[in-house]
Amino acid sequence: MGETILRMERIDKSFTGVHALKGVDFDLQKGEVHALMGENGAGKSTLMKILTGIYSKDSGTITYEGREVEFKNPKEAQDAGIAIVHQELNMMNHLTVAQNIFIGREAMNGKIINDKKMNEDAKALFERLNIEIDPAETMGDLTVGKQQMCEIAKAISREVKLIVFDEPTAALTDAEIEELFKIIRDLREKGLGIIYISHRMDEIKVITDRVTVMRDGEYVGTLITKDCTKEDIINMMVGRVIYEEPKQKSMVAADAPVVLSVRHLNAGKMVKDVSFDLHRGEILGFAGLMGAGRTETARAIFGADPVESGEIYMNGKKVEIKCPQDAVAAGIGYLSEDRKRYGIILDKTITENSTMATMEEYQKGLFIDEKKERHVTEQYVTKLKTKTPTVETAVGNLSGGNQQKVVIAKWLVRDCDVLIFDEPTRGIDVGAKSEIYHLMNELAGQGKSIIMISSELPEVLRMSDRIVVMCEGRITGEIPIEEASQENIMTAATLRD
Amino acid sequence: MSDKNKKKFTDNPVVKAVGTQRLIALLALCVLFIFFCVASPSFRQYSTFVSIMDASYYIGFMAIGVTFAIITGGIDLSIGTVLVCSSLISGTLATKYDLPVGVCLIVGILIGAMFGLCNGLMVSKMGLPPFIATLGTMMISKGLGSIFTRAQSVTWPQSSESGGWFRNIFKVTLQTDNGLLMIPTGFILLILFAVLMSVILNKTKTGRYILALGSNKEATRLSGVNIAKYETLAYVFSGTFAGIAGVAYAATYSTLLPGNGGGMELDAIAGVVIGGTSMSGGYGTIAGTLIGVFIMSVLKIGLPFVGLQNQYQQFITGFVLIIAVFADVYNRRKKSKN
Repeated sequence: MGETILRMERIDKSFTGVHALKGVDFDLQKGEVHALMGENGAGKSTLMKILTGIYSKDSGTITYEGREVEFKNPKEAQDAGIAIVHQELNMMNHLTVAQNIFIGREAMNGKIINDKKMNEDAKALFERLNIEIDPAETMGDLTVGKQQMCEIAKAISREVKLIVFDEPTAALTDAEIEELFKIIRDLREKGLGIIYISHRMDEIKVITDRVTVMRDGEYVGTLITKDCTKEDIINMMVGRVIYEEPKQKSMVAADAPVVLSVRHLNAGKMVKDVSFDLHRGEILGFAGLMGAGRTETARAIFGADPVESGEIYMNGKKVEIKCPQDAVAAGIGYLSEDRKRYGIILDKTITENSTMATMEEYQKGLFIDEKKERHVTEQYVTKLKTKTPTVETAVGNLSGGNQQKVVIAKWLVRDCDVLIFDEPTRGIDVGAKSEIYHLMNELAGQGKSIIMISSELPEVLRMSDRIVVMCEGRITGEIPIEEASQENIMTAATLRD
Repeated sequence: MSDKNKKKFTDNPVVKAVGTQRLIALLALCVLFIFFCVASPSFRQYSTFVSIMDASYYIGFMAIGVTFAIITGGIDLSIGTVLVCSSLISGTLATKYDLPVGVCLIVGILIGAMFGLCNGLMVSKMGLPPFIATLGTMMISKGLGSIFTRAQSVTWPQSSESGGWFRNIFKVTLQTDNGLLMIPTGFILLILFAVLMSVILNKTKTGRYILALGSNKEATRLSGVNIAKYETLAYVFSGTFAGIAGVAYAATYSTLLPGNGGGMELDAIAGVVIGGTSMSGGYGTIAGTLIGVFIMSVLKIGLPFVGLQNQYQQFITGFVLIIAVFADVYNRRKKSKN
């Protein structure tokens, strides 16, 4: 390994009432991929925000390329050659790919923007990265995976020496992840320092050289990746062993009645002739690649998007679902994959979010019964072990896992029979993940029926009683858990007409 | 380390409860009031106080209503012209068609509500941007008022005339030993309506959903909430209060000119914004709105006392608006940076 490019020592940072970083150390070498791991709320993002000038530190020193630095804003960090690829995409959807990549430093022809040159430059950049994207295409028309690639291209189109990847693979397909890793290895060859934040243990093992683990704002330790096991890292992160094996057999009784039955559902390009049954107490896994139509199917069932044809039966009775209200009235709850946009209202309190779907029951005459509302919310906060100071805290102040618990609480308060979990553990740390798994099992045990859409095969294998596989809008496989394996799921997921 | 121990202004419990921007607005109101009292002895009179109240009614009612539209993340540009339109039509009915004044007033309020309903349906069902939809109804209501009155002005009956009784809702004049005593009862009415709407906003399902959809419309919809209904309702509030403001305007100023009313909505919206309601939706208070409205009335009535004519009201209100909102933006930015 090369020389040290970055050294952060005894970094301390407090927000109002929260000691977010307690004397954290971190160092990065040139030509190294260094994983930064820890549960949500461990302080990873705060540390990176201090590095990139978004926050200022309270104390400690940052040495970058042999000089002590303190970036006052993101621009200074950028100018010094530090780039960050965010988990959330920051793209202007109406502009073209090339316009996005070169925003703020457009190629000029006198006073006129030279789009042709930018397209050529972008093309050259993509060629170097081995990505196939048309620079003249509108950003909003690309898939999330492609947009992510553009974000990376944008980051490395500048003179960079250090790149931070913040959960870059959250929205990528396996093939795209492979491409991304190729790019990262290539950057490592060139001697860049790379900080890689991810919750996916398998990726850490494949792509990184060292792992630094943080917990509760403290530095726990640094490991050489090839000398340690997954369990070593997880243990450092949570301080306990929680790894669980795949489910061996279905927990659903053979005579369990069908609760939800979907017949020949068609909705747009992504849902074609979808039929399946969901039994009482069953966790039905929906596997498939990105863009297989799983989320679209869920949204169609829930009435969030218009349905063209097909029937939906609840407990044997046909139901007309035209909008989410109808679905909720029929007893279906939907936990979106994009929690912040569709699941919760960030600037409203836990109480307000929890009773959002059930307001009628929390009214006393014309008014909201705030006492009753608070009481039930407190119950669910305790039951789901949601970590929060009070139930009057805005949901935006909670970590990802706890936000997800609030969404779950919303549907539990509603007492839905069918719950659709769309990527229930995306962006959630290992500890909270395990809690959510337990909760789902508990709910199924109580007779709730769950549809779980997941892009993580280990998660599908561990949770499902039965697995439905989709590809390009069609169901291409239905596998009992006893026969399921990563291989036969992937085979079905790539089965095309 | 030293600034950690220093007690921050924004950590004060009073400041936290009232909200920075509303506190600044309230302080500005007090400072202005005291300034005028000190600068002009003739300002320190009961009659000035009554004038300030008179100037607050119609803008105040409009502002209370439009707060709801703004909280949904939208806007209602039609309220000013709807005020004039509804008052023109109901006034014509009262003076030319000899309908009972009580009926006419109710018709006026219903006209406001109808415009609100149309705005709401256009925004929530037809998917028009609120700015465009209400710009359209602004022009329509302006035109409709002129068409109905054949472009003639309307003068509501004076309080001494028959049918003028409704003016007493807003101002009761008593004969006392020292001459006439005016009691601005409209103030009580304004406060009553403000309390009512504040309760609806904060204590009922309707208010909760309007706040929620202003914060995140899609998440609210996916919770099974009929967002079209509640968004429409916000505009109905806005329109209805424009109608009520029409009654208040008629009671205070008697004569209405067709084609007027453009610009009044901006005063109301400025009041809402000075009072701390977020233009991007999801947050707002009726109390703040009232403070904002009174700032403008105090300026309007007070400036002539120090020798500055009405045009200075707009000029200075503009500064107050920018400073109040900037203080809030600055504060929030500092908080997120911390």
